[in-house]
Amino acid sequence: MPPKRRNNDIIDVENVGMDVDAEPDSDSEEEARRKSRNRRSKLQRKAKQVSEDEDEEDEDEAPRRRGRRKLTKTDDDDDDEDETPQRRGRRKLTKTDDDDDDEDETPQRRGRRKLTKTDDDDEDETPQRRRRRKTTKPQDIDEDDEREKRKAAARKGSKASRKKVSKEQSDDESEEDKGRGKKSGRAVSKKEKEDQNNDKKGNKKGKDEENKDKENKNKTTSSSFSSPPSPADSDEESLSEGEIAALKEQVEEKKKLIATLRNKPWRMKKRLLLLKEAQDFVEKFEGALGKGKGRRLYAFKVMMTKKLIKFNRDFENFKTACIPWERKIKEVESHFGSSVASYFLFLRWMYGLNLVLFGFMFGLVVLPEVLMGLPYGSIPRKTVPRDEQATAMDFSVLFDFGGYCKYSVLFYGFYNNDRSIGVLQFKLPLSYLLTSVGIFGYSLLVVIRTMARNANEGGDGGDEGEFIFSWKMFTSWDYLIGNPETADNKYASITTSFKESIVDEQENQKDENIHLRRFLRVFANFLILCSLGGSGYLIYFVVKRSQDFAKMDPKTLTWFENNEVEFVMSLLGLVCPPLFETIAELEDYHPRIALKWQLARIFALFLGNLYTFLFALFDEVNGKLEAEKSIKNATEWALHQYYANYSSFYNTTNVPPPNVAPADVIRGPCWETAVGREFVKLTVSDVQVTFLTILVGDFLRAFIVRFLNYCWCWDLEAGFPSYGEFDISGNVLGLVFNQGMIWMGAFYAPGLVGLNVLRLLTSMYYQSWAVMACNVPHERVFKASRSNNFYMGMLLLVLFLSLLPVVYSMMTLSPSFDCGPFSGQEKMYDVVIDTIQAMPAFIGNIFTYVSNPGLIMPAILLMILAIYYLNTVSKAYQQANTDLKKKMQMARDDEKNRRNNQDSTNQVMKDLEDLLPNKSLAPTPVAEEKPLDIVIDKTRTTRTKPGTAGKGVEVQKEESLSAPNPRRPVTRGPGPRGGPPGNMRSPQPEPGRGRGQGRR
Amino acid sequence: MGNKQTTFTEEQLEAHNWQEGLAPHLVPLDYTNNPDIKVPMALIVTMPELKENPFRDRIVETFSEDGQGNMSFNDFVDMFSALCETAPRELKTIYAFKIYDFNRDNFICKEDLQKTLNKLTKGELTPEEVTLVCDKAIEEADLDADSKLSFSDFENMISKAPDFLSNFHVRI
Repeated sequence: MPPKRRNNDIIDVENVGMDVDAEPDSDSEEEARRKSRNRRSKLQRKAKQVSEDEDEEDEDEAPRRRGRRKLTKTDDDDDDEDETPQRRGRRKLTKTDDDDDDEDETPQRRGRRKLTKTDDDDEDETPQRRRRRKTTKPQDIDEDDEREKRKAAARKGSKASRKKVSKEQSDDESEEDKGRGKKSGRAVSKKEKEDQNNDKKGNKKGKDEENKDKENKNKTTSSSFSSPPSPADSDEESLSEGEIAALKEQVEEKKKLIATLRNKPWRMKKRLLLLKEAQDFVEKFEGALGKGKGRRLYAFKVMMTKKLIKFNRDFENFKTACIPWERKIKEVESHFGSSVASYFLFLRWMYGLNLVLFGFMFGLVVLPEVLMGLPYGSIPRKTVPRDEQATAMDFSVLFDFGGYCKYSVLFYGFYNNDRSIGVLQFKLPLSYLLTSVGIFGYSLLVVIRTMARNANEGGDGGDEGEFIFSWKMFTSWDYLIGNPETADNKYASITTSFKESIVDEQENQKDENIHLRRFLRVFANFLILCSLGGSGYLIYFVVKRSQDFAKMDPKTLTWFENNEVEFVMSLLGLVCPPLFETIAELEDYHPRIALKWQLARIFALFLGNLYTFLFALFDEVNGKLEAEKSIKNATEWALHQYYANYSSFYNTTNVPPPNVAPADVIRGPCWETAVGREFVKLTVSDVQVTFLTILVGDFLRAFIVRFLNYCWCWDLEAGFPSYGEFDISGNVLGLVFNQGMIWMGAFYAPGLVGLNVLRLLTSMYYQSWAVMACNVPHERVFKASRSNNFYMGMLLLVLFLSLLPVVYSMMTLSPSFDCGPFSGQEKMYDVVIDTIQAMPAFIGNIFTYVSNPGLIMPAILLMILAIYYLNTVSKAYQQANTDLKKKMQMARDDEKNRRNNQDSTNQVMKDLEDLLPNKSLAPTPVAEEKPLDIVIDKTRTTRTKPGTAGKGVEVQKEESLSAPNPRRPVTRGPGPRGGPPGNMRSPQPEPGRGRGQGRR
Repeated sequence: MGNKQTTFTEEQLEAHNWQEGLAPHLVPLDYTNNPDIKVPMALIVTMPELKENPFRDRIVETFSEDGQGNMSFNDFVDMFSALCETAPRELKTIYAFKIYDFNRDNFICKEDLQKTLNKLTKGELTPEEVTLVCDKAIEEADLDADSKLSFSDFENMISKAPDFLSNFHVRI
């Protein structure tokens, strides 16, 4: 079969346009029909059946059979004349699934029969047939030849064998039958007209399900065109209800053809011809039937579907247009690969997150305070102190977030501790606390959800698809592209994606000295651990020293001693990443994995950075707290003095508060604002450094390299400075740590979130410009893992790390006594307790119960159990997943092997096969014809559901590839059978054995 | 009948206008006798829909009846009906195969793949990379181990491709 089958394919393709009328499929269709017809009319027309069947198929060709046909037809028609009504009824039952061709003809035939009862029907019919033949001949010449050949073969085959063939499709058919049975069952009880409609529809539907309706229609078109309007035209007035219905049917049919004509793989000439015929027909009969309503409805429907399609398309476009920076990122991706794009995607995601955080902060904290709180200058905490007022508007001070900035809504200290403000009685302190906590909660939720979603998307990079390269090759060009720029981008992106895949592929193919590689990797890790440890110790040492320095008089210290920590930090940050990268060369990982290692290592380094910063901060805070205590005492003492003096002087207990301008009030250091300022400054300086680095390190460098290259001694572009590469790891880590700063700082400086939104926004534009303008793609463009989960994981870690200090300060440190929303309270969370106490008693009770350890412990236990259970389940699923994947892979390998084996790869085996004694040549052609069709159909239908995984795949294979097998045992001994299953289990059978089994 | 058909003619008309626009001197004013006009490939490929397409020459050649790229009006309409959004997958697959089969031997062999690849990447890959990609592509899709892709191989591969349908069409 395989050789033959291939031929067939060739023919198909060769004749594209001319006659790829889905030939093979229609053939199988015929087979199915023939069989069902056989089954159905077994009782009545056993004798006639064979000839009639064949007649109907051979209509297009075989003029020599016309004679015989006449005979059978007249038989048939005699029958008709005797018992027209019954026959019609029977027709309904039996013929519903017949050739549509037959269906179409019947009404006319019937109509004519009525008038010319005595006439021989065939007289009428033959001209039509002849005419049809004439019309179809020019286009179908090849087809006819082919068909004839096949028919000849088929005729040779015995009926039994044919039946067997059709049994192959029993599943298809049973489906079809079911549909039909149902329909026809319904049909009996109804009127004739409706019957026919129903039947027809049912028939159609059933076939639709099998994906065959195209072929079906094909058939219809080629045959039903011929039905001639001319005689029926004149008999119009005598048409009965049934005939009108039938005509309607036909008209519908034609309309359908006209509608679907576009989808047929024919040359335009043929299409035009068919279209014209169909149109003529419809016009004639629509006029005759006095229709018009349906037509308008149909037109309306068509219009609506068109509108709908258009709307959907526009909507899709709109949706894409709504995704910010999609085009920018795509552009970057097309030139720099998905790895660089992944940074920008991360940046965009971050921007979205920060926008939401900003929304919370702004809407629930900042805006209420601005709108409903006291205005600037009303109370001390909202006023710049007297001694600072002179410089409060200086740019240097403002730039340092001192002066007016410090006493603005940006920072913690500005907020008043009124329990509730404004007409809405907005509980600002409570809102402040809850929003700060809520920001963490929301971020946590979003990060984890994104991680989960990404995990679902699966795969650490690398397509799991079977056809990575072929798909890229054949389906990656978008034929819609008509814009030169877009086209250039597309070229670049295709090239990049090819390069990415090539890198992956080369990585797969690499097999070298594994021991050396392992040793090198261990060695590299050792080196890096050493350097990490060294830098950690250095930081520790420096911080220790700085604490010593802090105790000394600052004036005696040199500049270096003052800034030692920062200096060492930046030095480490500058030196270590390239060092790590150099060491990582030893490991020779795939760039994607190397990037992860690099990220993790620099992350570890930066953590030291972060925590040193935090420790320094907490030292400062502790110092401030002490200072605050003394100031608080002093203030209280002063107040006390004032009261005492006032009461003793005026001799009254009704003492008015001291009348001091808010700017002159003695106030504490307000450590929260100080911390907030620290974070804001850090963020801003980070932005400056990043932007300047890009400007100098990338832009200036690129500028010099580009323009000085004309007058330089060596090639700058290819030589030493060259253009910069986009530093993915550095940028991602910068983003992650920056976000950590935001999370920590948001509590102390609500305005920080807004600032960060601005920063992300600008850096999006700035960096995407910079990368396109001054950078060159990496030497090895690699594909980023589709999920950004590694970034997300780091973000999660940073989130936790930044959660700790904030929660610590909320829970243990006491807030400043004279600034911020929690002033006057022992601890910050007292606001919550106060609020709960203010609520009705039963709510307070509920909280008491909930916070009871007796309840919390079981809850935690339950959660742990649930986590354990879910973990186990997910592992089981994972296992199942890998198993299924393996199975699919095996099935695929097997499929390949099978095809290889079936093919005439081994001439010896072929010869051997020819020598086999039992081989009769006769039935093989039949067998060879049919399987092809089945193969195409089956594979097409089953292929669409990969979800059925292992079993489905195997079943499909069984049908599609070993289709000829079930037929073989008839002609051959059972000896070698059982090969294929065994073959199937083993993905790679040794050549000899495999081939032997395949060919048998 | 009716509407669908009308749109069809509209399309035809539009296409005709293009043809006229592309080669006004070739189009006679009188169409009554169905004169056999052919527009050469050099003109067809300058159409906005095709001019950026790396396979434009192949597309035009494939759809022209003479295989040289000289298109009659019918070929022209043919082309757009096969490339239109609503054309079925089978139809598109057939034509896609023919387009990618550069040497018209009804197999996509290595040379075809190399040509395809070079057109797609504007020849920016090194020869080794091209060879690697072609080998891999054949290894992936070739089911009968003849180291070239027959139509069934191609169909099998394409039918699983996620974005073939969305990419293999033009909008008029």
